[in-house]
Amino acid sequence: MVISTDGLTFDFGNQTVVKSLSLQVPEGSIYGFLGPNGAGKTTTIKLLLNLLQTQQGSIHIFGKELKSNRLEILAQIGSLIEQPAIYLHLSGKENLLNRALLLQIGEARVNEVLKIVHLTDAAHKKAGQYSLGMKQRLGIALALLSDPKLLILDEPTNGLDPNGIIEVRELLIKLVSEHKKTVFISSHLLAEIERMATHVGIINHGELLFQGSIHDLEAMSKPAIQIETDNTIDAANYLTRNNYTVTEVTDTHIFVPYTTKQQMGNINKLLNDMGYNVYSIIKQHKDLEKLFLDITQNA
Amino acid sequence: MKGFILSFRSEFYKSRKTAGFWSAVILPLLLCLLIFAGFYSRSDKMVMEPGMMLWVQFSGAILGVMGSLLLPMLIVFIGYSVNSIEHKADTWKTLFSLPISKFAVYSAKYFYALFLVFLCLTLFVLFTVSFGNLLGMIKPELKFHDYDMSGVLSQLYFKLFLSSLGILSIQFLLSLLFRDFLKPMGIGFVATITGVILVINQWKYDYLFPYSHPMLALSALPQHHSHAAGSNPISVDLFTQEIYVSLIIAAVVFIAGYFIVLKKSVK
Repeated sequence: MVISTDGLTFDFGNQTVVKSLSLQVPEGSIYGFLGPNGAGKTTTIKLLLNLLQTQQGSIHIFGKELKSNRLEILAQIGSLIEQPAIYLHLSGKENLLNRALLLQIGEARVNEVLKIVHLTDAAHKKAGQYSLGMKQRLGIALALLSDPKLLILDEPTNGLDPNGIIEVRELLIKLVSEHKKTVFISSHLLAEIERMATHVGIINHGELLFQGSIHDLEAMSKPAIQIETDNTIDAANYLTRNNYTVTEVTDTHIFVPYTTKQQMGNINKLLNDMGYNVYSIIKQHKDLEKLFLDITQNA
Repeated sequence: MKGFILSFRSEFYKSRKTAGFWSAVILPLLLCLLIFAGFYSRSDKMVMEPGMMLWVQFSGAILGVMGSLLLPMLIVFIGYSVNSIEHKADTWKTLFSLPISKFAVYSAKYFYALFLVFLCLTLFVLFTVSFGNLLGMIKPELKFHDYDMSGVLSQLYFKLFLSSLGILSIQFLLSLLFRDFLKPMGIGFVATITGVILVINQWKYDYLFPYSHPMLALSALPQHHSHAAGSNPISVDLFTQEIYVSLIIAAVVFIAGYFIVLKKSVK
């Protein structure tokens, strides 16, 4: 495990922000750390970077206890927390050169990361004049600068346009698949995470509600048959009379739990035989987004 | 030590384009230039003065302004500017997640502020001496060349530097803790005025109050000089009691500041 926490708890005053969190982030994974705003994601990330002192529980990164190996561990982490930390009176490149100075990295690497995040043309422009997306990309460049083994990114696609989001996603996938990095990425949007994450942790009110691979999460969502007919209500009643469980009826669709392909064919035939027009009948996975909402709201 | 040097260099790299850095350079230049212009315009009244008195008046005019008000306010500003650069950019979190010890980051910042004050006061010596000599050159009737003030001035400004360390530590810590300018600025301003009042009223314990130190450091000088025989009619007693107090306060606040930084959560 690259990150492993045990019983991590953190209080702000008398409010518990993180409750007995046990994260397990395997090496080479893209770990999506999901939760609504205010769920405790940023606090957790600050604990992982030792910006907040651990009050209860333990944190191990690269198999080593964080507090007693702080500098050694931090040397292998690149991070982006909340909005990127950028000196607005310096140009994009100067921001990187300053960090490179602190990390003892040469200018060649600075130019390399500028290229990776497509800021080469804007390198000499003052960061204060950057758009939100450019600042975010500069923040990612700063995190990548030291070529760290572990990237911790807090909402890295905030403020990016769809192209930018796709680029970041592809970059992260490439880093993991080709360069054997581990990425820990937080977000409040499941849709953004599910296309790249290999593992997911879902947090709400400071508690970890789900943790596992993305397949485990998908398996939790049971497939359903979605049927579109000319008269949904009558058709739904008819199906119920024929011993089918109808889970949901809307103005346009009927939903029945999926069991087999044969069952889908039977329903289709049954409805057609009764003279209902079946416009469409498809097997559908429960939307992960919906699942995410279910998990976070039922807690 | 490496972390400290790297952080110190980074402090310079970051601030070299900010008002905080340039104020330390421009203030002495501007002030010396103003006094130079003043002396130049009324040079005819000073033809009779001996060289030493000219130097005393010339540098005294600058020192007087600096010692009482300007130096404490400059320190307030420098203490603020080295910290506000991180407050504004929201970069405390990155500074403290670098693979550099917190002590190196903290002390490099502190010593950079110290360096700026030192730089400023060094420039004061340099500009005072050069403008004085320049004045003697373009107005040969003023006998600036009869006397060499540079040794005494260096000692005086060094004393001023030592006397300002207590204020610097306090202002540095205030600016580190408070994000806005008004709190450290307001506290610094009120304390400076208080310091001046204490010295003027010759309060018995004024040497214990750090904001009085620069003025005390200068007021310990003999104000008028008899032209007694002797190679060095002005002598500077470097280590007076307010200097010791200033150094002790500086050390204590610096160390206390480090423990506050350690305990403090990074926003």
